[in-house]
Amino acid sequence: MSSLLTRVKLKQIEQSIEAGKRLDQRGLSDFREFTIEQGVIEKAEGSAKVFLGKTEILVGVKIETGKPFPDTPDNGVLTVNAELVPLASAKFEPGPPGEQAIELARIVDRGIRESGAIDTAKLCIESGKKVFVAFVDIYVLNHDGNLIDAAALAAVSALINAKMPNYEIVDDKIVIKQGYTPLPMKDHPVTVTIGKINDKLIVDPGLEEEDVMDSRLSIAFTDDGNICAVQKGGAGYFTVEQTIEATKLAQSTVESLRKKLKW
Amino acid sequence: MKDKTKKLLNKKGLRLDGRKLDELRSVKLKVGVLPNADGSAYIEHGKNKILAGAFGPREMHPKHLQRADRMVLRCRYHMAPFSVPERKSPAPSRRENELSKVIRDSLLPSLFVENYPRTGVDLYIEVLQADGGTRCASITAASLALADAGLPMRDIVVACAAGKVNGKIALDLMDTEDKVGDADVPVAYMPNLNAITLLQMDGKLSTKEFEEAVKMAIEGCKKISDIQKEALKTKYKVIKQEEVEE
Repeated sequence: MSSLLTRVKLKQIEQSIEAGKRLDQRGLSDFREFTIEQGVIEKAEGSAKVFLGKTEILVGVKIETGKPFPDTPDNGVLTVNAELVPLASAKFEPGPPGEQAIELARIVDRGIRESGAIDTAKLCIESGKKVFVAFVDIYVLNHDGNLIDAAALAAVSALINAKMPNYEIVDDKIVIKQGYTPLPMKDHPVTVTIGKINDKLIVDPGLEEEDVMDSRLSIAFTDDGNICAVQKGGAGYFTVEQTIEATKLAQSTVESLRKKLKW
Repeated sequence: MKDKTKKLLNKKGLRLDGRKLDELRSVKLKVGVLPNADGSAYIEHGKNKILAGAFGPREMHPKHLQRADRMVLRCRYHMAPFSVPERKSPAPSRRENELSKVIRDSLLPSLFVENYPRTGVDLYIEVLQADGGTRCASITAASLALADAGLPMRDIVVACAAGKVNGKIALDLMDTEDKVGDADVPVAYMPNLNAITLLQMDGKLSTKEFEEAVKMAIEGCKKISDIQKEALKTKYKVIKQEEVEE
C-alpha cells in the first residue's frame, strides 16, 4: 500500500484476481513451483535450500552440546533464527533482526515445536546437564514473496537432512566419536500461507501481491492433517467464514507440498 | 516437552480455578488511568494486570518513519521483570517483539490511518502481572486506550483466547492451562464488522476443533466487548457528573 507504483499495480492485480487469474497466470489456489536441495552446506550438520518462484532461502542446522532448559531437563533444545540478508531485497537493511525477521523465525519455530517434529527426548545426553541443541538458521537470499512457507519447507528439509554426532561418556566427559546418526524426527510440518486481496483468498502470495494484500493467514499442518500453528499477519482482517475457507484452502494444498519433502 | 499428564479438569468437568469450559475469568477495565497519556486503559483479566497508554496522533519522530499518506502506529508490548515467577530480563525478548507486531496488526484495521498523514501514535503496553492470555488482554486494553485518545475508530477491538485442555475445547486459558494444555488459539475481533484481526495458534487441533475454538473465542470476545463499552462510558459519565456539580 506504500508507493505510487504499487497502487497502480494494485488495480491490475485486483482486476486480474476478480477474473480468477493472477498476474503470473496462476489460478487463485495455485502454489508456485518449488524445488528443494538438501545438504548444500557441508560444514553444517544439516542444510537445505528452497527455491519458490524467485524466492530463495537457505537453512543451515548446527548441532552442538549445551544446557537444557530447567523446566525440560531431559529434552534437547531447538533454536530458530532468521536473517533477512540485505542482499536479498532493497527493503532489507543490515543490523540485528527486526520485527519481520523475528516473526518469520517464530512462525517456523512454532510449526516445528508444536508438531513435535524433533524427538527432543533423544537429544538428551545427561539429564539436567547436557543435551544437544539444534540451531536452525534461516537465511533469506532472495525475496520474491511468501518467505514463511519457503522458510518452513527449507527448515524441515534441513532438519531431515541433519545428523547428530555420535558420542560416548568417558569419566563424565563427552567424547565425540566417529560417524553420525540422523536427527530423530517424528513429524514433518508443512505451512501454507493464504493472502487476502479485496475479499479474495489466494494461495502462496508473490512479492507484488504481498505489497497490496491486506492480510495473510499462515497455517501449519502435521503429518496426520492436524493444525499445529496459525499466524495471522498484516493490517487487515478475516471474517469467520474467510478463516474457515482459508483453512480448507491450505489443507487442500498441503499434501502436494509434503510429497516433495523426502524422508 | 510439556507434561501433558497433569489433570486440568476435575470429575465435574470444572477447571483448576473452578470455571466451566465456556466460562471467562473475571474482567475489569478502567479507562483514563494515566494522566500524561492522551488515552489509557487498565485491565485485570483474571490475574493478568496490564496498563496501556496511547500518545498521539502527534508528529512522527524520527521523521524518516513518517508516511505522507497516513498515520503510523507504533506499538511496544513489554513485560515487567517482576510480572512472572522467574525474573524476566527487562530487555525486549523475541516473544515481546513478535507480540508487539501482531498486536499492532490487530489494531490497525480499526483505525482510519489515512485521515492523519505524517503523524504517529505510540502505544505502550506494560504487563505488570502475567497469568496466561496477556496478548489478548493487552489488545482489549490497548484498543480502549486508542478510543480514549479520541481517535475515530471503525470498531473497538476485543480479544480472547480459546484452547484445548484435557481433550476439551475451553475458553480463556490461564497460564497453567496454556502451558500444560494441548493448544491455545488467541483471537482478536471487531464485533460490529464480524472481523478477525488477530489469529494465532500453537498446539495441536483438528480442523474441526480449530473452527470450534475460533467460534468459542469469538463468543468470549463478545462478552468482553460489553465490559469494554461500559468502561469507556463510565469514564465520561463521571466527567459529566462533575460538570453538573460545578
